[in-house]
Amino acid sequence: MLNFATRRFGLSLLILFVAVTVMFLMIRAVPGDPVQIMLGPRATPELQAQLTAALGLDQPIWKQLLIFYGNLLQGDLGTDVFSGRSVTDIVFQQLPFTLELIFASILWSASLGIALGAYAAAHPNTLIDRITAAISVSFVAAPAFVVALLALLVFAVHLQWFPAIGAGEGFWDRLDHLVLPAFAIGLSWVGYIARLVRASMLEVMGESHVRTARAFGIAERRVVMVYALRIAILPVVTVIGVGMGFLLSSAVFAEIVFARPGLGKLVIDSITTRNYPIVMGSVLISTALFVVSTALADLINALLDPRARTAN
Amino acid sequence: MTDTLLEIDHLSVDYETGRGDLKALRDITFDVNKGEIVGIVGESGCGKSTLISSILRLTAPNTRFREGEIRFKGQDLLQSSERHMRDLRGADISIVFQDPMQTHNPVLTIGQQMLDIQHRSKQSKADKLAHAAKMLGAVGIPDPEARLKQYPHEFSGGMRQRIAIAMALMSEPDLLIADEPTTALDATLEVQIIERLQELQREFHCAILFISHHLGVIAELCDRVVVMYAGAVVESGEVREIFHNPKHPYTRRLIECDPGHIKERARVLPTIPGEVPDLANLPGGCIFRDRCDQAMARCATQVPPLDQLKKGHHAACWLNHEEVTT
Repeated sequence: MLNFATRRFGLSLLILFVAVTVMFLMIRAVPGDPVQIMLGPRATPELQAQLTAALGLDQPIWKQLLIFYGNLLQGDLGTDVFSGRSVTDIVFQQLPFTLELIFASILWSASLGIALGAYAAAHPNTLIDRITAAISVSFVAAPAFVVALLALLVFAVHLQWFPAIGAGEGFWDRLDHLVLPAFAIGLSWVGYIARLVRASMLEVMGESHVRTARAFGIAERRVVMVYALRIAILPVVTVIGVGMGFLLSSAVFAEIVFARPGLGKLVIDSITTRNYPIVMGSVLISTALFVVSTALADLINALLDPRARTAN
Repeated sequence: MTDTLLEIDHLSVDYETGRGDLKALRDITFDVNKGEIVGIVGESGCGKSTLISSILRLTAPNTRFREGEIRFKGQDLLQSSERHMRDLRGADISIVFQDPMQTHNPVLTIGQQMLDIQHRSKQSKADKLAHAAKMLGAVGIPDPEARLKQYPHEFSGGMRQRIAIAMALMSEPDLLIADEPTTALDATLEVQIIERLQELQREFHCAILFISHHLGVIAELCDRVVVMYAGAVVESGEVREIFHNPKHPYTRRLIECDPGHIKERARVLPTIPGEVPDLANLPGGCIFRDRCDQAMARCATQVPPLDQLKKGHHAACWLNHEEVTT
């Protein structure tokens, strides 16, 4: 198990390195001189040269990359061009808002999705199964930004059940502010996970070992919840791990629609102003988040499935 | 005195399908006595698996019990409550399934699974684990305490089947159903498993309903044998009697086709030509007629009854009736 974890960690570092390097090169390929955009059209050439040097943009690109990694290894992500604040501070200030949004979304969508899927699989082809299927498919088909706008209109503007914008202060207020964005992002996942669990469950329920468990008189409840669900859940764990990437991008929509602070909003704002250090810092953290979540999914899978531990 | 443990009494089972009702079992009748080993032999699709799942009542949702009874210790299982069935499963009636590679839950340790099946016992967890280890030892798994902590994929196929047998015998059942327990294993392992079953049967005194298409194994292990063809019993009797004096052409052909029986090197292996009739659309008369080289005019019109030829030997073939009349 420890061996598996170490190998998985090594792989994660490699993925992180490749992703960050590619992003570093890509942002420099975006048209428009960052210095001109930041300083505006009326800046003097001296001022421009000064900022270019300060940002290290006068160096060849491979040297910029080396400097970036050198600073990174010392835990330094650079400083914000405008405010002069440490990028690390800014990114970590925004990170909790995105994290709580993503976790809230996964939590409610996975629990509901697994419950719906397991129920549908236990009663296949009944009316309830068909209704679940119809609901699931419509949930999957609803894009997060549409759901976000509709939820905002209906629940915040008309019904005024939940606050429309911001992230709130204090535990309960923050929770209150989370409901609508988490609902918007998680909704399509409910349907997706429900369909996945149903299919996976039906497959597992047909396997011989389930028949064995039943032939030993083990209670049906335990057969479904332990003997079958524990296996059926494995692909769901993987999908949620990979799904973190999609959730990060849907979080951008939610953060914009609900005017929430967060990583997504930070990235969008800093790309429009060509604020390279902030872009790189946010991208690095998002990539790390994604890499960690897929690794975590693999680890959870290995914990749940002994066969995965011995496989490469 | 022989006590009857299991009586299959004129059992008919259908599967409802899109093509109409599939008559999987028709008028099956035979008994299993206490402590006796009864073999069921037949080709794939002859209804062996339907029979087993009917006894445990673990049937597919489209199964319909049309007629007959399955009496276990005198009680009709087809009329029993689901609760009563669950009380029997894994307690009075246990089963060893065909494929040892698929029969255990892959994500739970063998110890956990052996704990779970003792759900009726009031013993402490430590006592249950000790019991599990003792059973693993009894089927010849070395170092059983340590192996309880392992997962199914860490055992070989032969070991997994022995574990399945250990699990089935753990509750000291009155009836053990063995559904082709050696089919998925190679020949040397097969012998080991059969010998182990014989030893354990002597120790636990349970009756065994042994399903196989391997006649050699049946001859070695069983007291009596039931020959099934296309969902019906065609012949039944003492093993010695059936093998030395078969009274149904199908049984004769089965024995001829058994690899263990073939003594001379043949260019073409003997087979029974033709196919099993369509169970959804059964022809009239004898079901074996189309594949039988001794078929007569009568076979096409009348179904031969399963008649007693001598004490304990039944066969369903018109040939035996001609012998009587001439």
